[in-house]
Amino acid sequence: MAHQSTYQPSSKLGAWFDERLPIPRMVHGQFIDFPTPRNLNYWWTFGGILVFCLAVQIVTGIVLAMHYVASPDHAFNSVEAIMRDVNWGWFLRYTHAVGASMFFIAVYIHAFRGLYYGSYKAPREVLWMLGVLILLLMITTAFMGYSLVWGQMSFWAVTVITNLFSSLDMLVPGLGTTLVQWIWGGYAVGGPTLNRLFALHYLLPFVIAGVVLLHIWALHIPGNGNPAGIDVRLKSDSLPFHPYYTIKDGFALVVFLLLFAGFVFYAPNYLGHPDNYVPANPLQTPPHIVPEWYFLPFYAILRAIPNKLIGVAALFGAIAILFFVPWLDRSKVRSTTYRPVFKWFFWLFVADCLMLGYLGSQMPEGIYVLLSRLGAIYYFAFFLVVMPVVGMFEKPKQLPGSITEAVLGKEAAAKAEASA
Amino acid sequence: MSTSITEDDEDVSRRDVILITAGGFAGVLGVASIWPLLDQMNPDSSAQALATTEVDLSHMERGQAITVMWRGKPIFIRYRTDDEVAAGKDVPLSELPDKVARNANLPDDAPATDENRAAEGKEPWLVMIGICTHLGCIPDGQAPGSNKGEFGGWFCPCHGSQYDTAGRIRKGPAPENMAIPPYAFTGDTKIKIG
Ligand code: HEM
Ligand code: FES
Repeated sequence: MAHQSTYQPSSKLGAWFDERLPIPRMVHGQFIDFPTPRNLNYWWTFGGILVFCLAVQIVTGIVLAMHYVASPDHAFNSVEAIMRDVNWGWFLRYTHAVGASMFFIAVYIHAFRGLYYGSYKAPREVLWMLGVLILLLMITTAFMGYSLVWGQMSFWAVTVITNLFSSLDMLVPGLGTTLVQWIWGGYAVGGPTLNRLFALHYLLPFVIAGVVLLHIWALHIPGNGNPAGIDVRLKSDSLPFHPYYTIKDGFALVVFLLLFAGFVFYAPNYLGHPDNYVPANPLQTPPHIVPEWYFLPFYAILRAIPNKLIGVAALFGAIAILFFVPWLDRSKVRSTTYRPVFKWFFWLFVADCLMLGYLGSQMPEGIYVLLSRLGAIYYFAFFLVVMPVVGMFEKPKQLPGSITEAVLGKEAAAKAEASA
Repeated sequence: MSTSITEDDEDVSRRDVILITAGGFAGVLGVASIWPLLDQMNPDSSAQALATTEVDLSHMERGQAITVMWRGKPIFIRYRTDDEVAAGKDVPLSELPDKVARNANLPDDAPATDENRAAEGKEPWLVMIGICTHLGCIPDGQAPGSNKGEFGGWFCPCHGSQYDTAGRIRKGPAPENMAIPPYAFTGDTKIKIG
């Protein structure tokens, strides 16, 4: 990797091992000595938090799988048995269920951080796209996990979401139906569907873990970006990852855990929907179907569009468009802090996503439909119009000469320049 | 004469034959084995075996509706009143968003008249798959007193699609009329679906 390791084995055994399989050297170079910009703020702590979240989901998930039964007759009851009979089952399940929400809180903050600070710009385009891929895999995994409970919301969410693919019938008659029956393994959502969702829900988190490794690899080639959006140039611009950022990340993780624990112990069902405590009934659709909160903005976009095929295309497009952000943004400056015009559009975009989230939870009628349409239009306009156009015409503010200057002021920076 | 093997000594064409045949077979087999991996996901024999259902309708009265299961899907059977049939007949085809009958017992392009939607020769009987053609929810309107929508047929609570007394889409995001399954009357009050 880009940074040369200064690792010195401290024991004979260490040296012996290092010669044969240099894992200690790699860890030392990448996670202890790794030069990290000195100006990272708390928005940079969510990467570490996300790794933690993935680990929590995998550990709690594997133990839940030891008690869970993936069959339509037993799934719901086995989840109830986990809650009532299995030792600590309530704790494991609530941690897994709340954990999924916490995972999404963290990933959304992490991604908005990237959008604000231009983290997707050269040379970090591949890093960004791997991140979008992780988001896509997380969405798929969480959707499949939610289905496993086999409550009313699980069942109808699976029905509605898998039926999205039936819209292909409008392009090639029969194609959508064939595809949907292939996904179901039957003529309706049923036992075969539940089984395969479970198999994939078990698999995908490990795929995510693999992509996370690539994501971190791609990060460690150019190194971290930073709030000033300028490259590390002086020696005094960076600090070793340990102890400076192990401490900062650790502190942020503890604060994050307070919120996490608050939900698990005091409001474990706050983020869920009560209808999922009603066993799945294939003959009765609940009066109002809503997805989990983290899918609401996308759901609002789907419903904003009266045409089925275009609605589905917009839903997938809303995520796919993120892959192209590195090329849509034409600005030479990375950090929005120095972009007086783009800044407004950015915060409007954040507000738009929150509004869409609210609208996704409401009945699709009256004013809500109109607002969803406006929200969906701005969502896409932000990427397709604002990013290229503002980038070309905006006059950015003066950038600091170095990261050292951004943190310590001009005088200290001048000293550092002189000694360099 | 040299003892080492040079390019010229090697039987290059023989090696090519091995490479191309072996590579070709491996490639074809590799591609062919993808099919079992994909096809295993399709509905299996037991799912296909459940493909017919018989229903006795002798207890039903005019205006009543029942729901039965066929292939894991709800089938709506409504014994329509004369008013409901008349309402279905009154609508000009030009007012329908979906102008074809979607009736598996008729040609694909049969127009969506009330007659083409109802049972053959028994217009009060409507037998259809009770699944909204938008994203697969089950519309309300079967039980007495449940929401039948603006057109007196069915109303889908998920995204607001409205169906008329012949199960045709009239308003909302659903693109098609609710589908009519293959079925036939096997007696005066007995039907076989599938
Ligand atoms: C990316 C990581 C993961 C995410 C985002 C995720 C998400 C979810 C969600 C949202 C649920 C429904 C929770 C509920 O409402 O009860 C769930 C359930 C479940 N998950 Fe995961 N999961 C992940 C990893 C795993 C792993 C690695 C396993 C291991 C097999 C697993 C096994 C299960 C099981 C057995 C259930 C059903 C029991 C239950 O409802 O708690 N999950 N998952
Ligand atoms: S599923 Fe019926 S309106 Fe969307």
